[in-house]
Amino acid sequence: MEAGETVSNARLKLLPLLLAVPLLITGCQSPYVYHWGRYESLVYVTYAKPGKVPPEAQVQKMEEDLQKAAAANKPVPPGFHAYLGYLDYQLGKPGLARQEFEKEKAQFPESTVFMDRMLASLAKK
Amino acid sequence: MKTRLLRLGLCGLALTVMLTGCVTPPYDYTNFRAHPPRSILVLPPLNESTAVEGTYGYLSTVTMPLAEMGYYVYPVVVVDQFMKENGLPTAGEMHQAPLDKIRDIFGADAVLYVTLKQYGTKYQVINSATIVTVQAKLVDTKTGMVLWEGTATAQQNSGGSGNIFADLIVAAVDQAINSSTDQAHDVSRMANALLLTPKDHGLLYGPYYPKDKQ
Repeated sequence: MEAGETVSNARLKLLPLLLAVPLLITGCQSPYVYHWGRYESLVYVTYAKPGKVPPEAQVQKMEEDLQKAAAANKPVPPGFHAYLGYLDYQLGKPGLARQEFEKEKAQFPESTVFMDRMLASLAKK
Repeated sequence: MKTRLLRLGLCGLALTVMLTGCVTPPYDYTNFRAHPPRSILVLPPLNESTAVEGTYGYLSTVTMPLAEMGYYVYPVVVVDQFMKENGLPTAGEMHQAPLDKIRDIFGADAVLYVTLKQYGTKYQVINSATIVTVQAKLVDTKTGMVLWEGTATAQQNSGGSGNIFADLIVAAVDQAINSSTDQAHDVSRMANALLLTPKDHGLLYGPYYPKDKQ
């Protein structure tokens, strides 16, 4: 009887843990400050498999991530808007690039010096 | 019952040792506290391993842990391209860039210099081991002071890492495309977790770290 109780108690204690693990993996109860989306994996692919995901496709994925972040009510990470702006610039869309650099600045004032530099180089072109 | 407790105890003990990095004394954070950075510029790592893919396989894993610890992290690709276009084509040359220049151009409070000591998979007869060893140094751009330094090794043997936390870190990262990435790239994330997050040895939390989590 006592042994049986121990087992069921132990199982009971395990239950929340078992429930928590899939949640953690799917990101429903994400412990992260930012919505990361595919930012870092795009950085990886850019270098590891050049040309595999061209800038147009990267922009599309990042736009999707922006929507997901908004839906999850989470900010995108540092560098996200700056990288998106850089992709826009590569695609010959300086207007969009400007908007993204400004967004990076507004979200993270620490980026101001670098973003102003990027904005100035856009203005020159 | 007793054996089970003992086993649990041993398990917990082993885990604690793994996470705290044995019994080395806590890091001296005097310089760190005197010049706490808000922003960190990460340069592509110097690669002392034999794997050329290490440089960028690693660079794409370092923004997440630093940002989640509360720092502004400059966009690694944009920084890398900017430096290349301005006469610094290799990581080695970027690491030589004067601090005042880095501060002037990027506005960064600190630079993280990383050296990859090991990066890659060793194949043995019946299994394989993927090992990443990183050495890192955080330097204040105003004073040139070393704010923090550390080193960590992560190893994943074929058939899972045996460390549920490390596996979770890897599982939490979405894949951009369903292509297999090199294993050492994933193991880099574990190495970063071991390098940057341990209490008393890793980085202190930055300004964007949520107060309620501290």
